[in-house]
Amino acid sequence: MLLQGNEAVAEGALRAGCRFFGGYPITPATEISEVLSVRLPQVGGTFIQMEDEIASLGAVIGASLAGVKSMTATSGPGFSLMQENLGLAIIAEVPCVIVNVMRGGPSTGLPTFPAQGDVMQARWGTHGDHPIIVLSASTVRECYDMTIYAFNLSEKFRTPVILLIDEVVGHMREKMVVDDEEPIEIFNRVKPTMPPEWYIPYEDTPSGVSPMANFGEGYRYHVTGLTHDVRGFPTSRPDEIGPFISRLHRKISSHFAEIQVAEFFRTDDAEITIIAYGCVARSAKRAMIEAREKGLKVGLLKLNTLWPFMRIAVEKVLQTSKILIVPEMNMGQISREVKRVNRGVARVITLNKVDGTIITPMEILDRIQEAVS
Amino acid sequence: MSSRFEIRLGGSGGQGIILMGIILAEAIGIYDHKFVAQTQSYGPEARGGSSKSEVIVSDVEIDYPKAMKPDLLLVMNQKSCDDFYTDLKPEGILIVDSTLVTQVPNPRAFQVPFTRIAREKFKREMVANIVALGALSQLTPIVSSKAIEAAVLARVPKGTEKMNRDALKAGMAAAKRAKREWLKIEIPPEIPKEDLLDSY
Repeated sequence: MLLQGNEAVAEGALRAGCRFFGGYPITPATEISEVLSVRLPQVGGTFIQMEDEIASLGAVIGASLAGVKSMTATSGPGFSLMQENLGLAIIAEVPCVIVNVMRGGPSTGLPTFPAQGDVMQARWGTHGDHPIIVLSASTVRECYDMTIYAFNLSEKFRTPVILLIDEVVGHMREKMVVDDEEPIEIFNRVKPTMPPEWYIPYEDTPSGVSPMANFGEGYRYHVTGLTHDVRGFPTSRPDEIGPFISRLHRKISSHFAEIQVAEFFRTDDAEITIIAYGCVARSAKRAMIEAREKGLKVGLLKLNTLWPFMRIAVEKVLQTSKILIVPEMNMGQISREVKRVNRGVARVITLNKVDGTIITPMEILDRIQEAVS
Repeated sequence: MSSRFEIRLGGSGGQGIILMGIILAEAIGIYDHKFVAQTQSYGPEARGGSSKSEVIVSDVEIDYPKAMKPDLLLVMNQKSCDDFYTDLKPEGILIVDSTLVTQVPNPRAFQVPFTRIAREKFKREMVANIVALGALSQLTPIVSSKAIEAAVLARVPKGTEKMNRDALKAGMAAAKRAKREWLKIEIPPEIPKEDLLDSY
């Protein structure tokens, strides 16, 4: 089947068990809602087009609290509106998946052109010191796989997970076989096993993740955006606030290794490594192949997890590489993180493009040749 | 790299350029069993803006999904012809809709009046893209006639199959005429024209 990246996201969501979508159409993410508006009712799920993106994520949070795997999809302007409820999902620990198909910004920007400008917004867009998981994809197949993975992580850690793709990947069509028989790992949230009267909804556990009861199954508890105690009621006690915020961070940071997804291409002997993600990773791969043909020892580190930042992967390529090249369709968002991890070990060369077109293999190759000469 | 074949389709929004790309990618990818990647680029307008669709064909997995130096350029209006012609490989194939492209940059271009055929034969300019796909399948070996027909019929709305099949056939017939015209064109004699055709 010839599938679009956006269509693959929708199929991946269904495969992961998503049965609720609340959203508002926006280019270039509309096809995700389009497909799910047809497919969800067929599998007993619910599709709602809400009045805006604020309400969309609100509906998603509500549906997830009721026990249904839920998602929404949007692009830059809608993602900005979602930041408020994103914080609510983080503090109330409600699993959900938010897909942001990045287009040119700021504001309404370039609706039909690609960009990678929302990497930092995905990390820090909502206020407060919070952890977040952000994934990316660069092929149609990866759109499918990473959507499933996003649902698994959100269920496992009771946290919103953001899938950041871009217009090129979202609208690109490639051949893909959707096989519902293919074995894949699906993770469902841990539910309480104790009787309702013993249930403490935000109790600390060794993993930092508390069991989550579905609304309406007899487990009564309070959900709030205020900083709360283990029972879910607002608290102003420092001895409750501190441990709560620490636990929110710990449940992600102590599982760092599980959240890391990266691909290494010929990095074993690479003296120059390109670090890329999304559609630019495809240009980088072509540039790497052509540089190798010219006899240059170039490798590629493709990041599929953007946040928490994959420090270990970058440290690994730093063992052989003296030059790192970070091409991005923004003014330098991931390259800042690379520089932070690098700490002066290698030369970090940025390649930034913000004209609404994808970075070409030629441009990366030119940067490689400049670097070696 | 040698197995990579890059196709760019250009025109204005509303001509069905992106649908053409999808059908072509489906024909080559699903029915002719090659690796394909189809991408698109268009403005925010529903109609009238500039529209571009690209199909990359390869025997191996495709990395960069856009055309760098197209091997085949099919343009449905003057603007995209002017904009994209310089990107075409020197030995690349140029196909133009001669209804709307009046200034052809290269005498060796294949000139077929897709829009006029659609308007006169089918009373619908809408099928010009299908006529063009028919012609494309005859002028290059990148897609088989069988595959393109199967892909068109799988994509078009129910009830329009006959019209679309006829449009495809009309495009194929027009392409054969264009090819005969093409052989009459005077070009430097170093390379026999028949050889040029075979090399495609």
